[in-house]
Amino acid sequence: MTMTEERPPPQEELARQALGAPKRGVASRIASKTGGGFVQVFLVLIAIFWTVPTIGLFVSSLVGARSSGGWWTFLLQPAQLSLDNYSSLLDNGELVGSFINTVLITVPSTLGVVLIASLAAYAFAWMQFWGRDWIFLIVIGLLVVPVQVGLIPIAQLYGSVGIFGSVVGVVLFHVAFGLPFAIFLLRNFFSGIPRDLLEAARMDGASEWTIFRRVVLPLGLPAIASLAIFQFLWVWNDFLIALVFASRDVQPLTVFLQSQTRQFGESIDVLAPGAFLSLIVPLAVFFAFQRYFVQGTLAGSVK
Amino acid sequence: MTEDEPGLGSKGQVATAGGAAAVGTPDKQPGLGRSWWSLAYLLPALFLLGVVVLYPILYTVVRSLFDKAGDTFVGLDNYGVFTDAATLTSIRNNAIWVVVAPIVVTTLGLIFAVLTERIRWASVFKLLVFMPMAISFVAAGIIFRLVYQADPNQGVANALIVSVHDVFAESSSYPGAKPRGEAELGGVDGGFETTSTYGAGDTVALGLVGFAPNDVEPGAQPASEPSGGDTLQGVVWLDFAPGGGGEEGAIDNDELGLPGVVVQAVQDGAVVATTETGADGAFSFEGLADGDYTLALPRENFREPFNGLAWLGPALITPAIIGAYIWIWAGFAMVLIAAGLAAISREALEAARVDGATEFQVFRKVTMPLLAPVLIVVMVTLVINVLKVFDLVYIIAPGSVQDDASVLALQMYRVSFGGANNYGLGSALSVLLFLLVLPAMAFNIRRFRREQS
Repeated sequence: MTMTEERPPPQEELARQALGAPKRGVASRIASKTGGGFVQVFLVLIAIFWTVPTIGLFVSSLVGARSSGGWWTFLLQPAQLSLDNYSSLLDNGELVGSFINTVLITVPSTLGVVLIASLAAYAFAWMQFWGRDWIFLIVIGLLVVPVQVGLIPIAQLYGSVGIFGSVVGVVLFHVAFGLPFAIFLLRNFFSGIPRDLLEAARMDGASEWTIFRRVVLPLGLPAIASLAIFQFLWVWNDFLIALVFASRDVQPLTVFLQSQTRQFGESIDVLAPGAFLSLIVPLAVFFAFQRYFVQGTLAGSVK
Repeated sequence: MTEDEPGLGSKGQVATAGGAAAVGTPDKQPGLGRSWWSLAYLLPALFLLGVVVLYPILYTVVRSLFDKAGDTFVGLDNYGVFTDAATLTSIRNNAIWVVVAPIVVTTLGLIFAVLTERIRWASVFKLLVFMPMAISFVAAGIIFRLVYQADPNQGVANALIVSVHDVFAESSSYPGAKPRGEAELGGVDGGFETTSTYGAGDTVALGLVGFAPNDVEPGAQPASEPSGGDTLQGVVWLDFAPGGGGEEGAIDNDELGLPGVVVQAVQDGAVVATTETGADGAFSFEGLADGDYTLALPRENFREPFNGLAWLGPALITPAIIGAYIWIWAGFAMVLIAAGLAAISREALEAARVDGATEFQVFRKVTMPLLAPVLIVVMVTLVINVLKVFDLVYIIAPGSVQDDASVLALQMYRVSFGGANNYGLGSALSVLLFLLVLPAMAFNIRRFRREQS
């Protein structure tokens, strides 16, 4: 997107940076050559260190409680690996149900935030109304409100309205607590859209709704994608909100898995493949939309 | 916004974290959007924010002044409960978290970000380290429950430190072995020593029990008592005949000698000579001066094997969970700091180098100050996040040590929903959490207003 006038265009700045190739003294170049070996080894070790725990979970999900040694013994006895645990997951009604619940909670929570926040962000960015800047400051203030603050009041409120324990309650809570970040992210992006484009549309007699739908939403798509991915992962991975507000028959995967950790040793045949199932979806999303996710992280720090 | 959105591999130019914030306000131009229309766009958001976020803040503050049932006004009594043991533990743990986790995560992030600037496979490395950010605390918690399992044959953490430990300290051959009776051999300092003294020409039979014949080293042969010779000699054997029938204190046919047992000759409390038993359990002290000696089997023969650390025990549980947290968040710090590094102008660095600064000086005097705003944002983000940490502790700490591992958010959940249903105390804890994040709220608002002006 284009930048507002007061900042230099990023392309130029980057180009300028790229031109200044580092000129180093011979001594420092030698130092960096020899030091480079240590750096490489160190980083390889760190990479292994960061990967082994997840591999451990994956192999454990294939080995299960059958193994008498650690999961790493699969290197010597690959025969112990099997998909039995995964096939028995399919017969585990509670787990399959909780997986479906996760989807039922995550999809509307994501769509709801995207829709409601886009509308509000458009108003904050391109509409005039009384107290706009102050209301937006409040939204920014709400970025860091801990969800704990909402648990007790909303539990009581849901109780009196009759949606405590339901998917609707969980979704509403997710949408509301997702809004400050979503509005913040989208409003900043929308206000970067060139004024000329909106003016031109208005000249042509387009209504606000048409401008929103035909100009702002398409141009804002990168930010909306970031937001959607971020919110999707946030809700998919949520545990606390569902733990409080979802009754047992609508509990998502995370809550089901936690309930199995009490007999950790015996439950490993369910826990390991279940946990792997719960993390493979966000990982797939992460790998597919890596740059949007990182962008959302960069924009959403201080949440 | 920027054309080049920062991806893991790309060098995006997000100078200050929260890059999206750095965009100007649209001018206040009359006629641009109509006031009454805007209400329709805002209403859903304002309604939800008002009912689900703003109202609870006020309600929680009020509710914290009432008792468990909510019908008696108790003033600040609920806040007085913060001095009970469980709440104090969680406050102390939260303090440890807030001090340790953000600093370690930011430091690691900085190290990774700087080092990856020099390698070709930087994007692969960043991908691997950033990956845990995408998965849930619940899945991460289960991953680390596996890592921290106590049995070194199950948990990779203990497997690692046990194998490192065993490189430096040899394990003993006969953990838990003990003499048949205390009459001949008395327990001394984890090992055993004979109660009578012996001299040259004596033959001493030292019978041990307390472990299975299967655990004797594979090369062991049936015990045989050395005879003849004028040295101090003897045999250490397993005084246990499989299938029974053996006579206690005597070497029976099938009983095995114990090879590799260290035997010491002791005089006046000092070890004079040391030897080791052979495959049939026999030993002898060559060239020992005349005199009376007691024989000792030192503790190193019987030491229990090192089985690693009790990661999930009460003492180590908080550091162990912080370890898991670092694993998750280091990638976040790394990516933000790497974006900050990429945005630093090369000219500034070059100017310093031309002036003769060493690489380290350049880093300390030029890079670090320019990076400071990013580091502050990373730290603030982490502090807010750490204050609210809940899932990881709840999942990783086994039920028996949750009291020791508890943090404010967990304590809040436990008193409100964990059976006690004390909404008064739970609200007070929520208010405390809210107060703790208030500085961050002020920081955000100030930063935003600065960027707008």
